[in-house]
Amino acid sequence: MREGEADPGLYDYRPYRDRPRIEWPDGKTVAVWVSPNLEFYELDPPANPHRKSWAKPHPDVVGYAHRDYANRVGHWRMADVMSKHGFPGSVSLSVALCQHVPDVVADANARGWEFFSHGIYNTRYSYGMDEAQERAIIEDSIRTVRDATGQTIKGWLAPALTHTTRTLDLIAEYGLSYTCDLYHDDQPMPVATRAGQLISMPYSLEVNDHYGFFIYNMSPREYARTLIEQYERLAAEGAQSGTVMCIPLHSYLIGQPHRIGPFEDVLRHIAADGRAWITRSGDIADHFLTHYPERARGAA
Amino acid sequence: MTLDPSYLDYAHRRQGMDHDLYPWSNLFAREPIAWPENRQVLTWIVIDLEWFPITPSDTPFRAPGHMQTAYPDYRHYTSRDYGNRVGIYRLLDALAKVGAKVSVAANATLAARYPALIADVVAAGHEIIAHSTDMNGTIASGLPEDEERALIAESLDGIAQAAGTRPTGWLSIARSQSFNTPALLAQAGLTYMCDWVNDDLPYRMTTPSGPILNLPLNHELSDRQILNVQQQSMASYRQQMQDAYAWLSNEAKTHGGRMLTLNLTPYITGLPYRMAEFERLLGWLAEQAGHGFATGAQIAAAVAPQLD
Repeated sequence: MREGEADPGLYDYRPYRDRPRIEWPDGKTVAVWVSPNLEFYELDPPANPHRKSWAKPHPDVVGYAHRDYANRVGHWRMADVMSKHGFPGSVSLSVALCQHVPDVVADANARGWEFFSHGIYNTRYSYGMDEAQERAIIEDSIRTVRDATGQTIKGWLAPALTHTTRTLDLIAEYGLSYTCDLYHDDQPMPVATRAGQLISMPYSLEVNDHYGFFIYNMSPREYARTLIEQYERLAAEGAQSGTVMCIPLHSYLIGQPHRIGPFEDVLRHIAADGRAWITRSGDIADHFLTHYPERARGAA
Repeated sequence: MTLDPSYLDYAHRRQGMDHDLYPWSNLFAREPIAWPENRQVLTWIVIDLEWFPITPSDTPFRAPGHMQTAYPDYRHYTSRDYGNRVGIYRLLDALAKVGAKVSVAANATLAARYPALIADVVAAGHEIIAHSTDMNGTIASGLPEDEERALIAESLDGIAQAAGTRPTGWLSIARSQSFNTPALLAQAGLTYMCDWVNDDLPYRMTTPSGPILNLPLNHELSDRQILNVQQQSMASYRQQMQDAYAWLSNEAKTHGGRMLTLNLTPYITGLPYRMAEFERLLGWLAEQAGHGFATGAQIAAAVAPQLD
């Protein structure tokens, strides 16, 4: 990015109207990817001067235990519902989960899910890192996921969405193909980097379960209705040029007993509709880069 | 500001948790829990009975629901006390209609101030568990260990005196603990605590002062979270509890007994306009096949011999 400038220079402006067509496999109009955050939060992490880890003095018992619910209860409930309806996961992974709870990582891998990095822990932030430190967490991520799953990560979602001015340049340099940290579009777009090639993968804060339940204070059924509305619009618009819908999840939220039933209704609806390419983020990136290489270049 | 190199040291990066209180465990890989009378789902209701001094304390933090305006905050002092005078009696009557026995988490000061209420709760067959002294009795890091030990002792003694029975369960205000709390609760002889919301079933913790059960009292399903924080309607709350029950009872068919936890606040649920939906929920639960209501003590007694 252009450090210190008013426009960070991440991408060129491209209006939604009259864009060249994107075609997804088998005539599908919308690529749907479900993105479970598989995370580990530390009970007593070191302080980062730029952001507090917990709202309360350590131990923040409710904050920690709520998130710990994911690995004991929520993941298993959520993953079974996804598999039942044919949805693979594209995992935003705290890579230290490979050490702490290898069963969860192995389960996701066995289900055919893709992993990309969400940092080491969701309680360690990139703010304030120098280049060597940031390279260390990228290299740690690549190595740890490869050792635990045999997969080579293709994407990045910054730990707890904490970035530096060089994050995007570095992940492109290490050969990653997509970032989930930019929210400017419903289609993949080229991102300007110092070297390599990087695209923005449409993620979503707006229909992220955390936003649904704690920013917009939705009931489980309201959130389910929201996802179906989001899907219906993107599937319809995708007939002109293929769109992307991401459903970002935290199993400590969506895997709660009052939420998982309404969420299953959403997956049932999308699976039955017929317009959805139900896939993984890396597959979307690969398809886009293979079929539209010229559109993946030329930013800023 | 650049980060110290130690920021990339990960001292607890190893298999298992980053502390020694309990090991990781997958709910769906455990031995199934069997409830008495082959119930599939037990609903555990916990009602908070809380007295808020009109002189709030911020040490170590101000309790949720506490005073908000400049002194004197008649608005919140009286509307919280409404729960202890009126709301709780509506809840007790509703519970009696379906024969539900529950856990009542009471401040010790409240028990001393309102002995008639405590007598009515005990006479109805409900369990009373400890819930600090009053709503200035919050716990978090920064509270000296000897003061926390004294606060716990005062809370237990106060309930024992008012209810005639020493409580075996504990609920912290806002479920907030210090690093010392689990050990201090075990040291005080408590059988169970309710604060760690990381599971759908009870499990055992290990502390330097011995073991203690944790009965997870789901904060996401609490009336405070759904009605006050998320500002949803009582009809939506009732629907959400029914959806939760439906999911849990389905899981119970293949994975063993499940627990639905309802944490209720008399000044929230016990309002006139919310009671019809609450009674509808209780009635619906009571007529589900394989369902039962249970107190925390009953659940702890049933589960303890089945845990490793």
